[in-house]
Amino acid sequence: MIPLSWYIALSIMLFCVGACGFLTRRNVIIMLLSLELMLNGVNLNLVALSYYLDSVRGQLFTFFIITVAAAEAAIGLGIAVTLYRSRRSVHVDTINQLKG
Amino acid sequence: MIVPAAIDWSVIVPILPELLLVGVAIVLIGLDLFFPDQRQLLPWLTIVGSLCALIMVLGARPAVGFGGMFLLDGYAVVFKTICLATVIMTALMSEQFRNLIRMRQGEYYSLLMLSLVGMLLIASAGDLMVLYLGLELMALPIYALVGLHKQGRWTSEAAVKYFLTGGFASALLLFGMSLLYGLTGTTDISQIAEAISVRQLAGNSAMLAALGLCLVGCCFKVAVAPFHFWTPDVYEGAPTVITAFMSVAPKAAGFALFGRIFFFGLPHLHDHWGPILAVLALLTMAVGNITALCQRNLKRMLAYSSVAHAGYAVLGLLAGTAEGMAATMTYLVIYLFMNLGAFAILMLLTSADGSGDTLDDCKGLATRHPLAAAMMLVFLFSLTGIPPTGGFIGKFYLLKAAFMAGYTLTVVGAVLFSAISAYFYLRVIRYMYMNDPVQQTGLVASSGMYATLVLCLLGVLGTGIFPGSLLNWTVALLAGL
Repeated sequence: MIPLSWYIALSIMLFCVGACGFLTRRNVIIMLLSLELMLNGVNLNLVALSYYLDSVRGQLFTFFIITVAAAEAAIGLGIAVTLYRSRRSVHVDTINQLKG
Repeated sequence: MIVPAAIDWSVIVPILPELLLVGVAIVLIGLDLFFPDQRQLLPWLTIVGSLCALIMVLGARPAVGFGGMFLLDGYAVVFKTICLATVIMTALMSEQFRNLIRMRQGEYYSLLMLSLVGMLLIASAGDLMVLYLGLELMALPIYALVGLHKQGRWTSEAAVKYFLTGGFASALLLFGMSLLYGLTGTTDISQIAEAISVRQLAGNSAMLAALGLCLVGCCFKVAVAPFHFWTPDVYEGAPTVITAFMSVAPKAAGFALFGRIFFFGLPHLHDHWGPILAVLALLTMAVGNITALCQRNLKRMLAYSSVAHAGYAVLGLLAGTAEGMAATMTYLVIYLFMNLGAFAILMLLTSADGSGDTLDDCKGLATRHPLAAAMMLVFLFSLTGIPPTGGFIGKFYLLKAAFMAGYTLTVVGAVLFSAISAYFYLRVIRYMYMNDPVQQTGLVASSGMYATLVLCLLGVLGTGIFPGSLLNWTVALLAGL
């Protein structure tokens, strides 16, 4: 049986890869993907903990997170499309008109 | 043959207001789709639906629904009242805005309603799952609302910035929640608090990581420095009516989230989060007030002022006591009136293309529209914290709560920064009363706008002149837990 700590380590790694991607990449689509990666790190954590704690709540939580992530991706892509239509780019370095 | 278990329909009684609002949201979008010539009904339907929900919330007895997942306690009632009142006033103001910028009304009002349902769920959440679902249900419609006016110069930029920072904050918060679940074995907030005290988890390093992640996530949501950087851009880029809504209701819901996690879920870790919040509150007040000094754009100035006000509201929360929580709730009620009032005047100034929100545009407002100038004067006095307005009373209770909890240095800082804030609020008043107007055109206001302004004015002055009643109300509701 795989020890719990391995799962936790993997989920923390996934989360950190997602966070680093979010903070360093400059394309809105890639940033969105990084967000999904972070959420998947959380999902893995919850499912592994749920199995080891012998409680079903973590798995339930994961279902909700997957559903919300789908809705979030839909809205995010919609916003990216409107951004592309107005700026012809989805690069975050070009969205710099609001500042001060 | 399998006999289906009888469904006990009485379980849905506590969530009836939320169900009503979801129904209203569906009717709104259907009405817009199938009866396009009946669009003038949309704001009224929104207002009537929210008013019914408000009456139901205020009249409801304390209840626990769905096995502790949904709590209808006094804490929830106060936050729900704030959010419902904000939506009612926003809907009243929207009529004015529709004449300025053509907006998709069906989507606009139904997204407003759905976001409201999310806020009500946050206020009532007794479980981390409900808290997260409420948070996303609140945030997702607002991302869409910010970007709804696609022809706007800055709306899509504001929407992208809001979406990315909001999503990142949610992910951080979620990871913190998953760690909390792993440590305590439950997602029920009251059981988490119990498990922490029974199993002595307060000093555990994983617990501190969970605390830090939840703290950062919550700070993003209520725009506490150094996680406030999205606020000015999003507030400036969004249509003014949505900015007015965003600066009050989601902020109040964010504080509801803050309180549910920290005040109810992690009271045993107060020794850790109290001092951190004290530092963050000072930083927030410093950043908000000092940056607002050099703003020429009124909308952006109000955005920084809302950052600073989040800093004040945190003062009650960091005390970690029931009085502190009641002070924060009282302050949010007063903030609702004064901030919506200031934004309503700003909306009067804004012209059709979205310009007209700089300081120069409010020059000579006293000669153009003396009544509007007088109202703005009251709202700005209240935001500064000058008696006899509500803002003074709210700040007084917050400072008292933080002082009683022993955060003397933070209180001193708060008073100093509050004095600094007088400069940029009173500068607007000087422009209004002591300069000649640049443009001579009169201001047109719809009847809904007048209603909002009168409500805000009554709220600001009423809470200032009869300060005890509001605080007694929040304290009594919070004590009746």
